[in-house]
Amino acid sequence: MVDVLVTNGPVLIGIAAAFGFLMAWSIGANDVANAMGTSVGSNAITIKQAIIIAMIFEFAGAFLAGGEVTSTIRNGIIDAAYFTDVPEYLVYGMIGSLLAAGIWLVVASALGWPVSTTHSIIGAIIGFAAVGVSVDSVEWGKVVGIVGSWVVTPAISGFIAYTIFQSVQKLIFNTDDPLANAKRYVPFYMALAGFVMSLVTITKGLKHVGLHFSTLEAYLLAGAVALAVGIFGKVAISRLKMSNKADRQTQFGNVEKVFAILMVVTACCMAFAHGSNDVANAIGPLAAVVSVVESGGVIGSKSVLAWWILPLGAVGIVLGLALFGKRVMQTIGKNITHLTPSRGFAAELAAASTVVIASGTGLPISTTQTLVGAVLGVGMARGIAAINIGVVRNIVVSWVVTLPAGAGLSIIFFYIIKDIFS
Amino acid sequence: MPVNSILGVFAKSPLKPLEQHIDKVHECAVLLVPFFDATVAGDWDEAVKIRKQISMLEKEADSLKREIRLTLPGGLFMPVERTDLLELLTQQDKIANKAKDISGRMIGRQLVIPQPVQEAFNAYLKRCLDAVTLAKQAINELDDLLETGFRGREVDLVAKMINELDSIEEDSDDLQIQVRRQLYAVESELNPVDVMFLYKVIEWVGGLADLAERVGSRLELMLARN
Repeated sequence: MVDVLVTNGPVLIGIAAAFGFLMAWSIGANDVANAMGTSVGSNAITIKQAIIIAMIFEFAGAFLAGGEVTSTIRNGIIDAAYFTDVPEYLVYGMIGSLLAAGIWLVVASALGWPVSTTHSIIGAIIGFAAVGVSVDSVEWGKVVGIVGSWVVTPAISGFIAYTIFQSVQKLIFNTDDPLANAKRYVPFYMALAGFVMSLVTITKGLKHVGLHFSTLEAYLLAGAVALAVGIFGKVAISRLKMSNKADRQTQFGNVEKVFAILMVVTACCMAFAHGSNDVANAIGPLAAVVSVVESGGVIGSKSVLAWWILPLGAVGIVLGLALFGKRVMQTIGKNITHLTPSRGFAAELAAASTVVIASGTGLPISTTQTLVGAVLGVGMARGIAAINIGVVRNIVVSWVVTLPAGAGLSIIFFYIIKDIFS
Repeated sequence: MPVNSILGVFAKSPLKPLEQHIDKVHECAVLLVPFFDATVAGDWDEAVKIRKQISMLEKEADSLKREIRLTLPGGLFMPVERTDLLELLTQQDKIANKAKDISGRMIGRQLVIPQPVQEAFNAYLKRCLDAVTLAKQAINELDDLLETGFRGREVDLVAKMINELDSIEEDSDDLQIQVRRQLYAVESELNPVDVMFLYKVIEWVGGLADLAERVGSRLELMLARN
């Protein structure tokens, strides 16, 4: 049976790589818009700037911090022991999952449903393993943990967003001189963003690239990055041009200009976080296929990630973004959002931190839902004029639907692919 | 565009339209000053023209009101109660209606404020319109209230405006008593039916200040619930 893997090895890897690349592409084309939408929507950055930021930081996030989640998707959801005799099933299943998730995403975005890539791929993998192989082959304990994290992470990011926004109110808005305080405190928020992002990357991500740091070194390095970001922020703010009318209304306008600079930083974080978590949806299954095929059917759960896989996913995202991102962002830019940078930043910083920490611990979560949770958090702090609860409900419902849909499709594709090769 | 992006989560803010509405209402109410000037001068063509403007602005305010109501469905998560917003809107709209009623009645009966009362009446009218102006300013703070999350200094600022609104309203009550007294002194020389309607008009003008005060207290209630 394992002969299949030997004779068809390159073909299987080729198919998996192609599907994985396409998946990464579609993540870049569609999903990134959600990560960057709040920045574009609150007019903190232009569409062009958003695309450039997204390209750089999505790549960096995927390449530097995407490893943990990739290994969860590769071998954290299913129990490899059940595939020892039939390693080719794992290969078929992973390819089928990529196809299933990809098709479900296309269907859903055509229908306008806000589905999550993460949920589709997890559903697909659970589906083929439970039905195609054995119900016990799914690591249900871990699956419950992952699904649980989909409930918990939006709540956590909502809580963080609430706290951040309250602190902004206390330190900046509710003071005698909001502008001076904005100039004073905003660099600290930037440094905080830089610190969280770099700490997670250094402690969790860089080992996949072959760099190791001690805890102390990691903190020092993250501190240095934070300092650099803070100083950059300070300089950028001091170069801002303000209209110096003294009334309160213009003062708040000026304060928002300061926050717009902060939002450039959080937009970078958002892209980084998104790249670090979502690249795995495309390349996790690919990584599994490659390791099985290259080892000739031996499923080693601790095998290293082939060197070309992370960059492939990263390039896929960037290309998708470059070719279709602009169109998607334009439709977003046309929607007038009633979101000022001071609120957008709180939501983005909270969501990005939550996602990056999840990436560090290897939890595949939905960036969009984490961001929605953060937005609700700011709303709870009475920072947003009106939030459409109906749309929030749709987003929640769509992920409940996505799991069985992804699972069903992947079961079908699993059997088709199995028939083709045997 | 199908809402498959996160931005679908953000609904249209009702605060800005609410500000636009009170601006329109205010614009409508302050036209009463040139209107009464025209009636006193006996220039009825001009008066009719201004009356048309008032009526047009009232209509615009009405359609704004309808639009706000339609874009404010249930299922929105807002920093203030939806019912409070709608109630505030209703009160605002009544000011424009009142202005229209006043000008309509004046034209319909070709009423003129009698000469001995004019000075007091003008002061009274201006004071009542002051209240409307202040209500407009208070509503226009909604933007900044949102910026500050409906708390802290900004709330104190608005609370102060509302207190001032109350005192203007009291002021206008005193002025109303004076106007009535002066009208009473000369009423025997006038057409009794006209006098009846003049009292009515005086009452309505006072109604402007009452309504402005009610806008303020609605706003206060909205802030107090937070």
